[in-house]
Amino acid sequence: MLPPTQTEAFDELPLVERARSGDDSAFTDLVTRYERKIFRLAKHITQNEEDAEDVLQETFLKAYSHLGEFQGNSKFYTWIVRIAVNESLMKLRKRKTDRTVSLDESIDTGEETVVREIAVWEDSPEDRYSQEELRGILEKAIDSLRPAFRTVFVLRDVEELSTEETAVALDLSVPAVKSRLLRARLQLREKLTRFFRRKGDDVFAYL
Amino acid sequence: MSLLTCKDFLSELSEYLDETTDPDIRRRVEVHVSECPNCFVVFDTTKKTLQIYKGMEPQPIPQDVHSRLMAALEKRRSRPA
Repeated sequence: MLPPTQTEAFDELPLVERARSGDDSAFTDLVTRYERKIFRLAKHITQNEEDAEDVLQETFLKAYSHLGEFQGNSKFYTWIVRIAVNESLMKLRKRKTDRTVSLDESIDTGEETVVREIAVWEDSPEDRYSQEELRGILEKAIDSLRPAFRTVFVLRDVEELSTEETAVALDLSVPAVKSRLLRARLQLREKLTRFFRRKGDDVFAYL
Repeated sequence: MSLLTCKDFLSELSEYLDETTDPDIRRRVEVHVSECPNCFVVFDTTKKTLQIYKGMEPQPIPQDVHSRLMAALEKRRSRPA
């Protein structure tokens, strides 16, 4: 069986070429193909629906205006993700007056790799919840991560960019992406354990 | 083959799940997980965490958000270069 990224693979190049040569309907096709993912990404980073909509518009307007500069040595999708990430971070910085938003912050203290919660999960824990409840749980868990972790996690494990693509999009080194990704994954694992642990194993069931 | 400590296991976990570890480390992670029940749970639940997130389809964007995006693009296109 092919991994999901390959089954979903589609050759965007002909569309991008047509868009570059001035075919507006080809560009519209690219927009409709990626708008949901870009909107979701922007919502995850900005955590604000209005900001996410601004980011969505800015991303595609910039992509449209700068299409001539798109080199074609990366994927179009990766290119617009990079624009969207930059726009989202700008929004986030504007809203926060403190300095908690920097992606360059020194976070390599190791403290967050501690595993506190060890409990076996149900075999198909997601079946315990409705689709809507599950979505709520997953999104809330991501949103509770610090920006530096949540941005890396969303790009790698939700949008399924490679480690290298994530590093380029965030202007980080590959080791920094890997280290943040590990911590983000472990933190999410802990957060989800609260919801997905096997009943009966729960020592704190009375809570 | 030297044994991994639980701490070593944790630092290798992410790359193991991405299948980017070299075969030697891979084997050592597998040996550790088969012998350490706590690390097995961490391994298994982290793997499930990623599977659940990867299966999450983006929701359709609200119709009005889509319409405003299309209108913004239309406006840009009609602007003389």
